[in-house]
Amino acid sequence: MTSPLQQKIKITGPSVVTANRTIDGVVVYRSADQRWATDLAEAAIVRDAPTARALLAEAAADDVGAVGAYIAPVLIAADGTVLPGNLREQIRRDGVSITLPSVR
Amino acid sequence: MYVYDEIDRTLVAERVAEFRDQVQRRLSGELTEEEFKPLRLMNGVYLQLHAYMFRVAIPYGTLSAPQLRKLAEVAQRYDRGYGHFTTRQNIQFNWIKLADLPDALAELAEVGLHAMQTSGNCTRNVTADQWGGVAPGEVEDPRLWAEILRQHTTLHPEFSFLPRKFKIAITASEHDRAAIKIHDIGLRLRRNEQGETGFEVLVGGGLGRSPFIAKTIKPFVAGRDLLSYVEAILRVYNQYGRRDNIYKARIKILVHELGIDKFAAEVENEWRQLAGGPLTLDDETIADIRSRFIYPDYPPLPDAKELLAQASASEPAFATWLANSVAPHKQPGYAIVTLSLKPVGAPPGDATAEQMAAIADLAERYSFSEIRVAHEQNLVLPHVAQRDLPELWHALEAIGVATPNVNLITDIIACPGLDYCSLANARSIPIAQQLTRRFSSAAAQALGQLHLNISGCINACGHHHVGHIGILGVEKNGEEYYQITIGGRADQKAQLGELLGPAVPFDQVADVIEDLVEAYRELRAGPQELFVDTVSRLGVEPFKERVYATRQ
Repeated sequence: MTSPLQQKIKITGPSVVTANRTIDGVVVYRSADQRWATDLAEAAIVRDAPTARALLAEAAADDVGAVGAYIAPVLIAADGTVLPGNLREQIRRDGVSITLPSVR
Repeated sequence: MYVYDEIDRTLVAERVAEFRDQVQRRLSGELTEEEFKPLRLMNGVYLQLHAYMFRVAIPYGTLSAPQLRKLAEVAQRYDRGYGHFTTRQNIQFNWIKLADLPDALAELAEVGLHAMQTSGNCTRNVTADQWGGVAPGEVEDPRLWAEILRQHTTLHPEFSFLPRKFKIAITASEHDRAAIKIHDIGLRLRRNEQGETGFEVLVGGGLGRSPFIAKTIKPFVAGRDLLSYVEAILRVYNQYGRRDNIYKARIKILVHELGIDKFAAEVENEWRQLAGGPLTLDDETIADIRSRFIYPDYPPLPDAKELLAQASASEPAFATWLANSVAPHKQPGYAIVTLSLKPVGAPPGDATAEQMAAIADLAERYSFSEIRVAHEQNLVLPHVAQRDLPELWHALEAIGVATPNVNLITDIIACPGLDYCSLANARSIPIAQQLTRRFSSAAAQALGQLHLNISGCINACGHHHVGHIGILGVEKNGEEYYQITIGGRADQKAQLGELLGPAVPFDQVADVIEDLVEAYRELRAGPQELFVDTVSRLGVEPFKERVYATRQ
């Protein structure tokens, strides 16, 4: 299997590194101070392939903290708010788009 | 119910201890994710979009009331209060924490439940007709043979690292409720001219990226030769199945590339070396396993026609449910009851912990403590006295599992889709919710049998290829689009649906399905002709014209 670090990195806009926390699978983002944060606002933003590669390598090295790190697109709103770059990432950040059966 | 022996109980308990150690080593960093992943997959643990998903095996879809109650407890204690029943008759929990998994597994082991054979490239949980052992006219209970296969294949060292996963399904009735023709091996129990019990063996069915309907490779294999014959198939697959390309690794590709005759010859060749050997099942072994299935000691009861007629007359809603969700039982005075997990506006196949616990109680009171899971993502109470049906209906109504839509357009099979699944391209559940709302009227329910299946990606967990109407989610420029197929079916006449035309966006799906239904109403030869039969008679064109005339 090709490790994510060996894959070609192509980014077309602002991006973050995201993964799932090992202990419980919760969605996390790599912060600039080398932590896993649950809030997208705390994610380090990268804008070119070499920086993205470096962030991914640094994040993936923490195999105990989180699993399956990858680069995901984000959008930066006019007021600077960081938003998920696609539906998949939006669902990962916000949770399922439906009401859970147990709270119906 | 099948009662586990000491060997099974020890195996399940040892598995918990082993997995506890593996999880501990993962969390301490002793195991990397790369090392841990194959281990967790052997215990049904996947990593999905926002959490780990834990799939628990329900062999041939049979559960005891204490087992279902335990699943409810696990849902409540370790998850978010619900579970999702799957098309392989298993259950999935969507939010479980890795650190909690060993405890959850230990609790399940108390009632003989585990997660073996629910993931990985092994022989998966063997599925069977959910009416096995109670359906009138079946050759015999297919679950006996599913259990024999379960025992033989569980942790089988030669078949734990197959080129890809391997799925087997068994039916013993003319009407195939187990969808055997879309399985790697499909087994149809039959008797030969001498009255001997055996199997028609089909191979190479499957959905996903390259869908195929299984083909018969041997019209009759005697029951005593089941293991040796299945082993011969697995050996040929293990040797020749492609390991270089995951998309070509399933047995269906091998069968397709070799051709059914050449494949059958290879199996026959292999089987010659195995037949009559140690894998041959002797009568004593079969009798021993059969004896571990405990069947209810049905008190003799007359048919309750009059009582049911009276209840139907006073409660029209009961009459509707009776006609839709209750089927004849092989035992006079009893009935098979399907519990719909498809209420209007809800995710198909989900049951809350409260519902599971209540159903366990009702199974104890009305169904000799037994529940079945159907591959259509519904539950079944297999042994209900007809005279109890009105009372049971009230109880099922109260917990929301008596929607009279079994086999109708709103009895949707759907995968978890992009709301949960890391492989999905589009959402399935919101589409199902829209459709159940759109078609909740009595007129829509009067359409008759119409199977609508939804998958959120090409892997086809929602069996979209074999839905009378199939919906496949795809991604186009970052947007969710849906391809529609019509004319598929999963029963004894299984066939793949045909593509209707270009994919439509998320917010047009319900309108398109409504157009299809309207076209069917106009085109059908009469109210008795099912949607799928109209498509079969007329082809896709008239439906295509109807849908795309105003959309392009």
